[in-house]
Amino acid sequence: MDFITSILTITIRAGTSLTIATIGEILTERTGILNLGVEGIMLMGALTAFATVFYSHSIMLGILAAIAIGGILALLHAFLTTTMRANQVVSGLSITLFGTGFSSFLGQRLGPESNNFRLVGLRAERILPFAPNWVKDIPILSAFLNQDIMTYFVYLFIPLAWFFLYKTRPGLWLRSVGEDPYTADAMGIDVTKTRYFYTIIGGMLIALGGAHLSLSYTPGWSENITGGRGWIVIALVIFSMWNPARAVWGSLLFGGINAVQFRLQASGTSVPANFLNMLPYIGTILVLVAITWWEALSKRVGAPAALGSSYMREEK
Amino acid sequence: MRLVFEKRKTTSISALILVPMVSFAVSLFLTALLLMIFEADPLKTYTAMAIGAFGSLYGFAETLVKAIPLMMTGLGVAIAFRLKFWNIGAEGQLALGGVAAAGVALFMEQFLPGPLLLVGALLGGLLAGALWAGIPALLKTSLNVDETLVTLMMNYIAILFSEYLYYGPWRDPKGYGFPGSRMFASNAWLPRIVGRAHIGVLIALFLALVLWFILKRTRWGFELQIIGASQQAARYQGIAVERNIVLAITISGALCGLTGAFEVTGISHRLQQGLSIGYGYTAIIVAWMSQLNPLAVPFVAVALAALSVGGDQVQMTMGLPAAMGTVMQGLILFPMLAGSLFTEYRLMAVKDNINSACRDAT
Repeated sequence: MDFITSILTITIRAGTSLTIATIGEILTERTGILNLGVEGIMLMGALTAFATVFYSHSIMLGILAAIAIGGILALLHAFLTTTMRANQVVSGLSITLFGTGFSSFLGQRLGPESNNFRLVGLRAERILPFAPNWVKDIPILSAFLNQDIMTYFVYLFIPLAWFFLYKTRPGLWLRSVGEDPYTADAMGIDVTKTRYFYTIIGGMLIALGGAHLSLSYTPGWSENITGGRGWIVIALVIFSMWNPARAVWGSLLFGGINAVQFRLQASGTSVPANFLNMLPYIGTILVLVAITWWEALSKRVGAPAALGSSYMREEK
Repeated sequence: MRLVFEKRKTTSISALILVPMVSFAVSLFLTALLLMIFEADPLKTYTAMAIGAFGSLYGFAETLVKAIPLMMTGLGVAIAFRLKFWNIGAEGQLALGGVAAAGVALFMEQFLPGPLLLVGALLGGLLAGALWAGIPALLKTSLNVDETLVTLMMNYIAILFSEYLYYGPWRDPKGYGFPGSRMFASNAWLPRIVGRAHIGVLIALFLALVLWFILKRTRWGFELQIIGASQQAARYQGIAVERNIVLAITISGALCGLTGAFEVTGISHRLQQGLSIGYGYTAIIVAWMSQLNPLAVPFVAVALAALSVGGDQVQMTMGLPAAMGTVMQGLILFPMLAGSLFTEYRLMAVKDNINSACRDAT
């Protein structure tokens, strides 16, 4: 029982950043904007959060700074793809390339002089699980309760995001922009404004996911701290078929793979670490193939119809 | 009055040339601001970068060393992107190509005498890259599985596999624990021209010409162009869309695989750490800045290689992070993306409200 509880605890902890970022990307993609900059934005979020907390000793400030940087990078993506009608794939990839390079650059410049201006290897305040001791003794349930404040935020945020998307008027507007921007426009919805707004909100959430990595899951800054999680997020969006309620299952599955990998490595199995590290990537491919196959069989399309295309009003 | 974009009847040639140049200038300007924030002198830094990349025969050879893989993978990515197949798996195809070439060079020595060993290694790399790219191509054409993610995930798998080999079974027992295989026999070495720059540069230039000819002057190239523009139109024309996509992506992967083979037979002469250092991702910038034109790829590749060599240089001489080269590359892309609009659209001023439009009409 202890074993299951501990696996589950790590799974949820690992799944937190994935879930937040996945819901962010779902909101973005639901308006028809594909943002492949997730990896870059998460990295910048992680770096900004850690550097801010290191100097200000305020976790709140660190989280706010990460959210701000995520919003700015997403604004750039929205401007390029919406106003300048740039190719969404290339724009997203550029943001990832830039975010990867810039976070590495800053990680070697923002540190204190005593550490050779580097941020690597430094410690700062972190977000800690806050459950009281008696909770920690309950098997299984404690895995859910013995978590930090951001995980609790996720518990609340999943149903809220689902409710917003499917049960409210702005949620309906959001979805209609992603399905058919021309009709949405005719109905009086401002397509451009909607796309800008949710791309920025999405970027903020993605960066928040990054902040959880450097402030809680693997506290501290290291280059490429995300280790490809940003790309797994994009797979998870497809996995959840653009529904926030389903995002949690995908995140738990991949968090689970992470946790099992952790355990196996700790117990010193004979399978080389490199093959264990391949698991999340092989898993993503298999899941993607299965989902696509299933979607084709059941003739259900989960993707927003207008995903990836610019909206050109004058070319109706 | 309000500004709107109006579609041009033909693509603007001047915008096609101006946009990359302005983008480069913008990148220089933004990076200068960044440098000043971190109390470095931009002029001094840029001079050091230029001298590092072009100022000496050694520097220029090093620029070529980085330009060769960028050219090759840039060509590979450009073919795929022309079909709107977003192959971001060049990095993994490169890594696996290096692994296969090393496998041939290390274990086929007694079967392949003389230069045959080198030829075998290069072919091995080419095939491995082709096969590795063939998987996402088949998944895309048969099941419509999103290729962006599959190619990317396969990068991690290929890189982890190569690490496993040079940390594990292929590790040189006499290597003092250094992560790498033993050195290849010298008949598996790609001949060098100057410094570490090898004849791969000539092969890459030749391939750029061949690809340009195939894409612009042959029937098959024309078919690929139609597929890239509209798969539906291609189908109406009776073009075998799926088969052609798989074939083109296999070629794309073969080029990237050959790049890996060049890296191990031409530069390191063994399989070792540092095979996968991001050429495959920079290739995406190379392809995009070249507007997917094979003839432009070599020029862009040399320019970006110079940024990277220059970046290394300022790390050594001025203590600035080498990642500055990557930051500059990223900062070129944003203005390029914004500017690409002007090749197909122009900015027009129009009267704002309907009333004034009506007045104009009467």
